[in-house]
Amino acid sequence: MIGVELRKLVRRPRTWVVIGLLNALPTLVAVLLAVTDLAPRPGTGPAFLSAVLSNGVLFPAAALAIVLPLFLPVSVAIVAGDAVAGEAQAGTLRYLIARPAGRTRLLVAKLVAVLVFVALAVVVVTVTAYFVGTALFGTGSLDGGAVGAVSGVPLSPRQAVWRTVLAMAYVAFSMLGVAAVALFLSTVTDSPLAAAMGALAVLVASSLLLTLEAAGALQPYLPTRYWLAFVDLFRQPILWRDLVRGIGLQAVYVAVLLAATWANFTTKDITS
Amino acid sequence: MIRTRGLVKRYGGVTAVAGIDLDVESGDSYGFLGPNGSGKTTTVRMLLGLVLPTAGTVEVLGAPIPKRARQVLHRVGALVESPAAYGHLGARANLSLLDAAGPGGSRRTRRARIDEALEQVGLAEVGRRPVRAYSLGMRQRLGLAAALIRRPELLILDEPTNGLDPRGIQEIRALLLALNAAGTTLFLSSHLLAEVEQLCRRVGVVDRGRLVLQDTLAALRAPTGAVVLRTPDPEWAVGLLDGELAERSGDRLVVRTDDPAALNARLVGQGIRITELAAQRRTLEEVVLDATTTSADRPEAS
Repeated sequence: MIGVELRKLVRRPRTWVVIGLLNALPTLVAVLLAVTDLAPRPGTGPAFLSAVLSNGVLFPAAALAIVLPLFLPVSVAIVAGDAVAGEAQAGTLRYLIARPAGRTRLLVAKLVAVLVFVALAVVVVTVTAYFVGTALFGTGSLDGGAVGAVSGVPLSPRQAVWRTVLAMAYVAFSMLGVAAVALFLSTVTDSPLAAAMGALAVLVASSLLLTLEAAGALQPYLPTRYWLAFVDLFRQPILWRDLVRGIGLQAVYVAVLLAATWANFTTKDITS
Repeated sequence: MIRTRGLVKRYGGVTAVAGIDLDVESGDSYGFLGPNGSGKTTTVRMLLGLVLPTAGTVEVLGAPIPKRARQVLHRVGALVESPAAYGHLGARANLSLLDAAGPGGSRRTRRARIDEALEQVGLAEVGRRPVRAYSLGMRQRLGLAAALIRRPELLILDEPTNGLDPRGIQEIRALLLALNAAGTTLFLSSHLLAEVEQLCRRVGVVDRGRLVLQDTLAALRAPTGAVVLRTPDPEWAVGLLDGELAERSGDRLVVRTDDPAALNARLVGQGIRITELAAQRRTLEEVVLDATTTSADRPEAS
């Protein structure tokens, strides 16, 4: 069953279009920076961009910071929101259940396919950004390849690579919260669009409340609160506090939402 | 093959199925009839574990549904309401994905089974064209092929000839009759009475969520004890028949008699010419219209 869902994911043109588009914005930013040589001043604009001009090795992290607030969640919400609702809308859900695929198995397979998509998206964005970054900005060979950390002493190239890998893992994990919301809504509605939009509405609401002082008491529990904490991986030494909280918070969201998704889907009348 | 007892489904305050006891035996060809909104589709969905009953039990191939659906449903082929497929993939890719999505479909024989099913429904030459480019009739054939890939013991089909042209209907009918003759049990949900009349030996009629009739087609259409005759001399015949005449429309007379031969001899003896004489049988349409009240898609009538 998992194999079936992966085949569906891979054979669907949309998967590759979304991943392609996901790479477009960071690549455009890199080209603009390289052409104009106008990096934002440190502390303004997207994270890392002020540093990439001197060393392209940091550009994958910058690319993640560029797609993380909107592009990546949008694509994850589209794919996860389509998981069950898309089958319902196409009418294929009733044939899968009558096959019988088993509701829990189907849900697990859908979840695995979404996880693979998230991982694939993050890896492709990072790898593309690495090649684009090093090609356009070089590897900082002038100062021995050292990479400017966000704070503290510079990182060695080896450290930079490791921390980029950790950042990929953290970003992918952060996306699981989005995926869980979208998957849950996907079992509630028969419209994939509604499921994806619903998940995005949650994120927009969360981002909005984060800027509101009056919502201070809620902020530690908002799903997007610790997303950008992956920047802390590029401090020297790493500032773990927000990262750990981010992982804990996402884990709770994912666990609760997946339980709700399972409870809803296994007791639902398939009338689509 | 199919056994339901006291099957009830309520959606909120609406009762879609109000206690249905179905019995479909092995080898049967069973026509499941009823007006729109009578609960046919909901019942079919409960047989397949799609909709969970509010009360009552469903048994398919001897196993309770939905509890043991995984053990038996792979031996059932189904077409529910309309066929569905992934539009960007071709027929073979669609069938292969569906077959791989559950138990009972061996990977080793998959290719051969898919080819055979496509052959059976007349789609053997379909090639790699994506399904979104298919006509309605082709989609219907593909839906049937999906129901046939595991050579099921039981076929649960909802309007199987929907969207097909007359030749296609005839092909599919011949296919279903051949499958039934070879031992496949057919459960056909339809409101096309002509189709059921040609395919089924037993029928069940639902109305407003209840099974109002379940019998063999032969019994339902047994002679009514009257004779229908046509004559070019109706006036004369009417005068002669007097009290026996049940109904007259033009040159067509319905006459109550227990002895058609004697009636014929009597009329002919009087010089009345008879062009047609046959025992009166109710059509399935009359049976169903008698048994059911009104279409649920006419709300003002209830």
